[in-house]
Amino acid sequence: MTQDIATRNKGDVHVKQEVDTEVILGILERHDKARGALIAVLEEIQAQYGCLPEEALRTVANEMGRPLVDVYGVATFYRSFSLQPRGKHLISVCLGTACHVRGAPRIAEEFERQLGIKAGETTPDEEFTLETVNCLGACALGPVVVIDGHYFSKIRSSKVGQLIDDALKGLDKIEIGEDKRIFPIDVSCPRCNHSLMDESLTIDDHPSIRVSVSFDHKHGWLRLSSLYGSSSIRAEQDIPIGMVVDFFCPHCHAELIGSWECPMCGAPMVPMIVRGGGMVQICSRRGCNSHMLDLI
Amino acid sequence: MITLRINRLPVSVEDGTTLLEAASFLGFPIPTLCHMDGLSSYGACRLCVVEIGEGPEAKLVSSCTYPAEEGLKVRTASSRVLRARKMILELLLASCPQSKTIQDLAAAHGVRQQRFKQEYEDCILCGLCVRMCQEQMMAKAIGFRNRGEKRSIGTPFDIKSDVCRLCGACMYVCPACQLRCTYNEPEKAICGGCENLTPSCIDKERFDDMMCYMDPCVACEIEKE
Repeated sequence: MTQDIATRNKGDVHVKQEVDTEVILGILERHDKARGALIAVLEEIQAQYGCLPEEALRTVANEMGRPLVDVYGVATFYRSFSLQPRGKHLISVCLGTACHVRGAPRIAEEFERQLGIKAGETTPDEEFTLETVNCLGACALGPVVVIDGHYFSKIRSSKVGQLIDDALKGLDKIEIGEDKRIFPIDVSCPRCNHSLMDESLTIDDHPSIRVSVSFDHKHGWLRLSSLYGSSSIRAEQDIPIGMVVDFFCPHCHAELIGSWECPMCGAPMVPMIVRGGGMVQICSRRGCNSHMLDLI
Repeated sequence: MITLRINRLPVSVEDGTTLLEAASFLGFPIPTLCHMDGLSSYGACRLCVVEIGEGPEAKLVSSCTYPAEEGLKVRTASSRVLRARKMILELLLASCPQSKTIQDLAAAHGVRQQRFKQEYEDCILCGLCVRMCQEQMMAKAIGFRNRGEKRSIGTPFDIKSDVCRLCGACMYVCPACQLRCTYNEPEKAICGGCENLTPSCIDKERFDDMMCYMDPCVACEIEKE
């Protein structure tokens, strides 16, 4: 239809992006390819790539046996999906009624001015994406701004610059010492009781936990942060997000496996003994931050 | 069988029949842009509104999607219905002035002017082409994209779809792009009301191919801008 080409919106032009078909297939596998799973699948792809690449949508349509128009229609219908790559940091300014009367439009303008972009756009350096949302349900705290999942309440335009600076530094960085929920633990193998702590390699400024892992016919070491609550890791092999990994003790080579399943994703939990008495269990799926601690 | 009254005439229809089908069985004309035999009902254009119920209970419903009910009293051309249709046509003209189909319907309903901000869309989002592509052509090449005021019909990513066979069925059913009033091709023109204007709308260079008898005339509006 020629009229479509004539009305083509410049903003809709799609940018090609590298897509790993295996990753998409893995995501589809987890969702059983059920009809109702489309939105969940697209959400995971968006979480992985920061946007929905054209190739990924085509793969999803092929694998789920659905017409591409349906998948594309869903992907363009919901505001939370984006076909364009987004910036590293997502800033959402609430323009709901309550925030609006408390001056949210001025906050949005201030963000637009300081970032030099309009709402819905991404900065040329791909650091920030600015968007406006209609209500976040936190009306009493308005005007509300959400940056990378962190909520900021009662924002004034004078605070905008500070927020942008904080976001650049990284809001997810954990301040050890200030947060009492984060503390180091000392763990050992539940089978041979050898300590798993590795002084030679530190993560988050604390000795790391050393284990061996195997996945997808690959083997290697994995270092976990010993800070309870931190999910920093270092690995010999790149473990793709969503991969369930088998954990082994580096000393007795026994598989670290218990009878628990992750309450979040259903993958097996990996048990380790905490020195001083108790058990810590972490989810064996890369990217799932589920963990449990039982202290005696 | 369900018995209902349409414009006071009793009619018995099978369960699941829509009011539009029942009314056309009796021969009452109900204009519609988004309904076509062989395609599912969609209720997008709202032109087929009829009034059901009585007194303060009376309400307007789209007859193409409303199933016949036992004892229902339907009026297909009450003053309320006609007023609603006129308004809908005026709004359709505001978005798609160059559609011959809409122009004819507007003329038949006595719409002589259009009071809203004039736009020049070539789609009223009736979804006929989408349903044609999916239900009759089994292609599913086009569909709705985006939402709200950005909603549009087309192929994914605006590139030729792998499953499109260029059958042309979408254009065949389109009420907005078929039989456009093209007075610059007089053998196709039906209205010709713009012939008497000075300068004549027939001046193709000046007015593109949008022309009609409307007040204000679309072509004249373009010239002013």
